[in-house]
Amino acid sequence: MQNSLPSVTIVRRIKAPPAKVWAAITQPKLMMRWWGPDAGPTLSAEADVRPGGRFSIVFRLLNGDEHNPTGIYQEVVPEKKLVFTWEWPGIPERESLVTFRLEPSDGGTVLTLTHAHLPDEEARTSHEDGWNGLLDKLHVFLGDSA
Amino acid sequence: MVKYQASDMDRTFSALADPTRRHVLQRLIDEPGLSVSELALPAGLKLPGMMKHLDVLSDAGLIRRSKTGRTVSVNLSAAPMREAMAWLQRYERFWTVSLDRLVALVEEDGE
Repeated sequence: MQNSLPSVTIVRRIKAPPAKVWAAITQPKLMMRWWGPDAGPTLSAEADVRPGGRFSIVFRLLNGDEHNPTGIYQEVVPEKKLVFTWEWPGIPERESLVTFRLEPSDGGTVLTLTHAHLPDEEARTSHEDGWNGLLDKLHVFLGDSA
Repeated sequence: MVKYQASDMDRTFSALADPTRRHVLQRLIDEPGLSVSELALPAGLKLPGMMKHLDVLSDAGLIRRSKTGRTVSVNLSAAPMREAMAWLQRYERFWTVSLDRLVALVEEDGE
């Protein structure tokens, strides 16, 4: 994907087949069991998993704060690819884009998650060139307390 | 500390989306206070071209320009980049923890 905007990419090798991982990321009953940035509970999950369908998740952090990220499914390819927009009410930022990619591997699954700002025209015509160098320097420049 | 609104973040991320502009920022980290022509020359750009890039960076709050006599020197301004880094760190943490739990869930259950 030609996207030179800053993005988060995480890869996990999972000892379970893609069908099982797909179920966990698309069935509300299962989504409630893992979604959230700490050990706080997930309170509700709704997922209308088809292009144009909406998801909405409510979770409570250990500090008591409740959050409700929501978004629209863009691409749904069962057991392979799930793409949805991401809005986080109360957090000042524009819509972003989350992509789950699943690939079978040795009876298990390689899951690649990308969370990126929605690319605009400029970003699409730009190149990857130079990101890593700048990010490395930024870490030094800003220190670790950023 | 100023709280940045979504539109500010938009400007930061768009400004960072261009390789020439990222290169300018990278050079300014190493050599603060470079002049516009010192930035333009190695980039193979004429002054007006470089000025356009600097305008975008300046609108995004990523650089400050100051004039001494006839020379304009350019310096980095870190706050908006801090915001962009905070965005990345927030989601890195969010997904790292969530995916750890996801992996535990699908690996623990028997078929």
